[in-house]
Amino acid sequence: MSGTLHVTLNINLKYFASIREAIGLGGESVVTQAATLQALRDELIARGGGYADALAHGRAVRMALNQDLCQESAALSEGCEVAFFPPVTGG
Amino acid sequence: MSFTVSIQTQDFDVSQELAALRTGDARVGAVCSFLGTVRERNDGSSVASMALEHYPGMTEKSISAMMDEAKKRFDIFAARVIHRVGLLQPEDQIVFVAVTSAHRGESFKACEFLMDYLKTQAPFWKKEVTPEGARWVDARVSDDQALARWGIAATNTVAK
Repeated sequence: MSGTLHVTLNINLKYFASIREAIGLGGESVVTQAATLQALRDELIARGGGYADALAHGRAVRMALNQDLCQESAALSEGCEVAFFPPVTGG
Repeated sequence: MSFTVSIQTQDFDVSQELAALRTGDARVGAVCSFLGTVRERNDGSSVASMALEHYPGMTEKSISAMMDEAKKRFDIFAARVIHRVGLLQPEDQIVFVAVTSAHRGESFKACEFLMDYLKTQAPFWKKEVTPEGARWVDARVSDDQALARWGIAATNTVAK
């Protein structure tokens, strides 16, 4: 073993608005070795198709971890809830 | 009184809400409120209807957090936020924010603060039906700027 410990996490994903439509799902459960929101986003982009379109870097994608807005550097944990959505437009 | 949030499909009665917010609290000398409604035109197109989506759970959590922040910043007694979701038509009520205080200054400021916060931090999304088809409403940079006036950096519209 060469140092890096890969922890596998079960994560609940949620997608909203235009991102939900592009991916074609409101949510899904994934098993991942991603440690951060950014790594998880990259993993989803690598799936291609609607994931790559909706989550592409350079787009205004907002992320929430356990229902709090978070930066991409936020660390994932076992059983956490992650949401991807476009800029909010309520009010 | 209290600080309460309701996310609902049904309409609401502004008079009843204002009465409920201040009744039983004789310290109140000022009640300020904001009511947002559906416009028939947006970004150059006529709007036939609008669908409002939200993130159940996070919506309530984010609005409770903004009320906690308003309590810290302003001398207010109670606040009420109602936001409708689902299908709405022009002239329909969408959002209601009301605040009570002893004097008008604090509730005016708190009401505006709560709306500025909600615009960029609460997970709601609007989709309009126009003659050109259905479209998601774009977030406005001016809403980020509105929150920045209160010393809170908003990055709702920033690409990354």
